[in-house]
Amino acid sequence: MPPEERANLGIFLSFQYPVEIPGVSMQNFMRTAVNAKREYQGLPPMSMIDFTKMMKQKQAMVEITEKLQNRYVNVGFSGGEKKKNEIFQMAMLEPELSILDETDSGLDIDALRIVANGVNQLHNEHNAFVVITHYQRLLDYIVPDFVHVMYDGRIVKSGDKKLALELEEKGYEWVKELKL
Amino acid sequence: MESNPKENIIEEVTNKDYEFGFVTDIETDFIPKGLNEDIIRLISKKKEEPEWLLEFRLKAFRHWQTLKMPTWAHLTIPPIDYQDIIYYAAPKQRKAKSLDEVDPELLATFDKLGISLDEQKKLSGVAVDAVMDSTSVKTTFQETLSKHGIIFMSFSEAVKQHPDLVKKYLGKVVPYTDNFFAALNSAVFSDGSFCYVPKGVRCPIELSTYFRINAANTGQFERTLIVADEGAYVSYMEGCTAPQRDENQLHAAIVEIISEKDAEVKYSTVQNWYPGDKDGKGGIYNFVTKRGICRGDNAKISWTQVETGSAITWKYPSCILKGDNTVAEFYSVAVTNNYQQADTGTKMIHIGKNSRSTIISKGISAGHSQNGYRGLVKVVPEASNCRNFSQCDSLLLGDQCGAHTWPYVECGNDSSILEHEATTSKISEDQLFYCNQRGIPTEKAIGLIVNGYAKDVLNKLPMEFAVEAQKLLSITLEGSVG
Repeated sequence: MPPEERANLGIFLSFQYPVEIPGVSMQNFMRTAVNAKREYQGLPPMSMIDFTKMMKQKQAMVEITEKLQNRYVNVGFSGGEKKKNEIFQMAMLEPELSILDETDSGLDIDALRIVANGVNQLHNEHNAFVVITHYQRLLDYIVPDFVHVMYDGRIVKSGDKKLALELEEKGYEWVKELKL
Repeated sequence: MESNPKENIIEEVTNKDYEFGFVTDIETDFIPKGLNEDIIRLISKKKEEPEWLLEFRLKAFRHWQTLKMPTWAHLTIPPIDYQDIIYYAAPKQRKAKSLDEVDPELLATFDKLGISLDEQKKLSGVAVDAVMDSTSVKTTFQETLSKHGIIFMSFSEAVKQHPDLVKKYLGKVVPYTDNFFAALNSAVFSDGSFCYVPKGVRCPIELSTYFRINAANTGQFERTLIVADEGAYVSYMEGCTAPQRDENQLHAAIVEIISEKDAEVKYSTVQNWYPGDKDGKGGIYNFVTKRGICRGDNAKISWTQVETGSAITWKYPSCILKGDNTVAEFYSVAVTNNYQQADTGTKMIHIGKNSRSTIISKGISAGHSQNGYRGLVKVVPEASNCRNFSQCDSLLLGDQCGAHTWPYVECGNDSSILEHEATTSKISEDQLFYCNQRGIPTEKAIGLIVNGYAKDVLNKLPMEFAVEAQKLLSITLEGSVG
């Protein structure tokens, strides 16, 4: 299944290193994406008024205060801004399953809180999040229902949020041995 | 889950059908094939031209006979048999005074092209001169324009109504001795547009000429002459299409622009001649000479071109910055796909002091096409304190196409500053994947990225054109990435 179809079916992948697309405004980019999904679902394109409203509302969610619509996709964004932008896009596309790949890497503590707040606000009984991370600190803000430890492409240990705390304390070495 | 192999993302060339490839079934008045002095006399007679214009044509023809087709361009051009071309074809119909007199078939043709000749139907104020094959069909908004003293009509009309003006400016920027195709055009040119904006007048509406080749085996040789007198301003747009045919057709036009003291001319074109099929069969040879002169001090000329059509594009819209403090701009997007070839660019000749020029050229190549930028920036020794900034970017889609840049710089003094920047890039697979992950299919993503890349130039187009150009860019590249 091609990636755009997966996306339109409701899977969202946030990038660890979001790419820059010069000359393409965030507004144009998001509008194309939102309408591509609507087309896939057999819906008419969203009106410009509704779209602008939606963009404003979701922007507020991730505390992007500056004018986003005319900035080019990720061009000149700081590391934190790029990550916030990923969460913003997730909010716009309202996916059922979101995969956040090391969204916390390179984030200062304020940005971390904002990103986590965004995720928490979006979380409801109809959607799920897979958060990939190496550190407990993100999980202070996003409290996980399940914690899985991946090693060598396989889940080697599962538990609840306590497992993450245990890992924080003991490190990962002992989990590696479980595989044997 | 089956994923798209990354290697396959940039490959595979197909082509969307050319949207304007239809032929209008209309009675056409042809003259015999071939080129000689009798043919030229015949064209001149058909157009009821004065003696001096016939003399001009004949001189040009005699000069042309001494010339050989130049071979320096980075183009592969099959031999052209100039005796196998029909040099004059016109829809059988007199120039209509009112819309009711225009053949409905012709109106339908232009409607189909999205050009409404009905003034009532037009929302935006754009005056249109519609040219089919060798003659002008109709010029709209004549009354509004004449109120301001603006002359905008077909070239043949202008020769009859304003012979002195035409005589004064014809061939002054591009003399018939200029080059092979300029000589040919000067000998056989059929129609085109003439525009004169008098002193101090700001033309209130956009002027536009729409060129359409319809008849088979004919060449189109039009001539456009735009004059902005002292302190005048005009924005002029040109569009063109042709039916889909297997044989190649020659289009050798001349555009001359004269911008007097404190005047400004903005010239925009979206060139969409039939580019040939995906195997490179057929298509228009677009060999055009376009040049403007900023004749008085503080004059300004701006060229904006979006080139998506033609089998072969060979042209360099140029400026002579003769007056002091003159300004010239060249903004270009040239897209080639399949087997299209383009060798295009500009020349900026700085003669006046403190003259400034800007060149922004964006080439996009896909398929098996070859896309070249060739430019000259020349500053004569007397032209002190000149500035030029050139930026030439090339974008490649796939690995079968070519992008080339030949920038020439001649600076005759040390008070002038000339800058040149160039980049070559590919649409990265990461960018495409990022768009895909947001639900945007690859085709749409390419359109998005390419339009973003060309944004600096597209922004310079008048509103009416910008939308069309954006769509065209996406369509031209549709299917260029599998």
